[in-house]
Amino acid sequence: MTGSSTSPWPWEPDVAATAYHRQFATLPDEGPVWLASLRQRARAQFEGYGFPTPRNEDWHFTNPAPITEADFQPMQPALGTVTPAALAPFLVGHAEWPTLVFVNGRYAPSLSRVHSLPAGVRVMSLAAALHEEPTLLERHLGKVAGYDDQGVAFTALNTALMRDGAVLHVAADTVSEMPIHLLFVSDAGAEGGVSYPRNLLVVEPNARATVIEQYVALGSARYLTNAVTECVVAEGATLHHYKLQREGMKAFHVGHIEVTQARDSHYVSFAFSTGASLARSNIYTTLAGEGCGATLNGLYLLDGDQVSDHQTRIEHAAPTCYSRETYKGILDGTSHGVFNGKVYVHPIAQKTDGKQTNKTLLLSDRARIDTKPQLEIFADDVKCTHGATVGRLDDLASFYMKSRGVGAETTRRLLTYAFAADVLETIELEPLKDALESMTMARYTGSTDK
Amino acid sequence: MLTISDLHATVADKEILRGISLTVNAGEVHAIMGPNGSGKSTLAQVLAGHPGYEVTSGSVTYLGEDLLEMEPEARAHAGVFLAFQYPIEIPGVSNAYFLRTAYNEIRKAAGKEEVDPMDFLDIMTEKLKLVEMDEAMLQRSVNMGFSGGEKKRNEILQMAVLEPRLAILDETDSGLDIDALRIVADGVNSLRRPDGATIIVTHYQRLLNYIVPDFVHVLANGRIVKSGGKDLALELEAKGYDWLIDEPVALGA
Repeated sequence: MTGSSTSPWPWEPDVAATAYHRQFATLPDEGPVWLASLRQRARAQFEGYGFPTPRNEDWHFTNPAPITEADFQPMQPALGTVTPAALAPFLVGHAEWPTLVFVNGRYAPSLSRVHSLPAGVRVMSLAAALHEEPTLLERHLGKVAGYDDQGVAFTALNTALMRDGAVLHVAADTVSEMPIHLLFVSDAGAEGGVSYPRNLLVVEPNARATVIEQYVALGSARYLTNAVTECVVAEGATLHHYKLQREGMKAFHVGHIEVTQARDSHYVSFAFSTGASLARSNIYTTLAGEGCGATLNGLYLLDGDQVSDHQTRIEHAAPTCYSRETYKGILDGTSHGVFNGKVYVHPIAQKTDGKQTNKTLLLSDRARIDTKPQLEIFADDVKCTHGATVGRLDDLASFYMKSRGVGAETTRRLLTYAFAADVLETIELEPLKDALESMTMARYTGSTDK
Repeated sequence: MLTISDLHATVADKEILRGISLTVNAGEVHAIMGPNGSGKSTLAQVLAGHPGYEVTSGSVTYLGEDLLEMEPEARAHAGVFLAFQYPIEIPGVSNAYFLRTAYNEIRKAAGKEEVDPMDFLDIMTEKLKLVEMDEAMLQRSVNMGFSGGEKKRNEILQMAVLEPRLAILDETDSGLDIDALRIVADGVNSLRRPDGATIIVTHYQRLLNYIVPDFVHVLANGRIVKSGGKDLALELEAKGYDWLIDEPVALGA
């Protein structure tokens, strides 16, 4: 375990949390009473337990000290220098998809396009929703994403300090085939700053929606994104949720997605991560009604000295639900990947069918993965499996390709891509799948055609 | 064109090939037969350069070159092709992309220009007919979700595209129904070239009804225990392998 040169380890929570006390003072006074009291509760929780250290079980493999010891200031509103052309490379899929752009944590209406939404679909910034959809917010905001223990201290901070984000409401029986893209951009003005994007996605009974939540950087600023997305997937509803974490290489990202699923609902998630110097991504879902399905897949591609930690938690809290999970990682350089897949099967959750896989490809001797499946099963009639593999490229597949005349280097590149493509193939949104495949192909083979 | 002399090879310190000598001339078809575990597949894989086998002594000369010194891809560039007994699945890489990459790498090695995807599609369309495969197979990941027969046909498709001089077919007939067997055999026959040769590794005689060998060799315990003409295959079909393995002459050497 390495300590920090600037402060003692183990670190004392009340020392480094001081920087955050100042941030509470910067919050706007406006807003409904319930919001102020939500912020207060979250603040009190955070001040009670402070930041986690590697002594916290949920942070055992990832030391958040580089984030918690830095004195990030709330980001100032952007200067308006971001142009649509600068965002073009991040418009994965189709440019005409409804897109909400946030620059340095604040909604940027001039860069967004939210017209041509199907009937029954409402999407707006959190700041606007506080005026336009107060009932919806009061009903759900802060009710899905828990913040009552130190492991989710960043969620508490977000809850206390949130300013803006996206709110999506899809009315009952509305099938929205058009994906909605939430694009969070940090530009040079983000240097030394922190933003607290807060999103709420509500999909009412028997409705269907697709959301892309993407984090990117223009330039190479050092900043922190502390994002929380709450998802309410009502009875019989389906939410396809893609998270693309492509923050700047000096940036820090802590993202927490928490979902509650009612009877017969489906939540399908894909997490694609290539960015940030240190990233933590939580995706938690609770299968709260019978007959639910959750699919959590992901791919992380790391290099240099990047640290990327993916935590998933699936709560089987009702009978006859299924969960499917495949996370893959490709680690190069001295990068460090972490995967922790928690599956809790409550006593009531009979006939649970759960399957989890984590596969890692190490391209370098100095890259490291910590993978931890964590199944806690309290029902007796369940089918739950998990498996993890860590390895290098398959010798047999290499031989097969070489025996067809493909040179050693091309073979290595192509098989690396193939390792990733295997899980990218599970993405149902074709234009996004194509975009991520091309991105991955270019990264490992230098070519973009497949 | 191929001369194998006293070849010994091991896998995990276990000797599998124990002194194989064989000469294959241009224009010839050789069948290597033998019971399970006799070393037939090992011989095929050693010729292609499988990294799991270690050659402990002996030599293999191919077109005047020391084949054993060549990397697997260099052997492919020189015209050696192994149709795998168990073709490998490569998720995420389409059959078309894989074949075009291989095709272009071989062209590059020969100092020829690479072929662009459109022109390559024309080449493929013609080759697909040869093995009666649907064009849709090109867009699927290499061997992923292919039936046993489809995998074997895909091997012959690769062979048709790469046009090798020395084709080695390792148990290509196993798992094929009679129609698929005929398609595969017709494909192989039409791909024969006067300056090339074919080595067929098989346990059963039935493929040899369609691809008629000039020579048949019987492998047992890592050695060739008997060689003959095509009639030897029929004799093996009738009598099995035991009479050869039990022959003291064969084992006493």
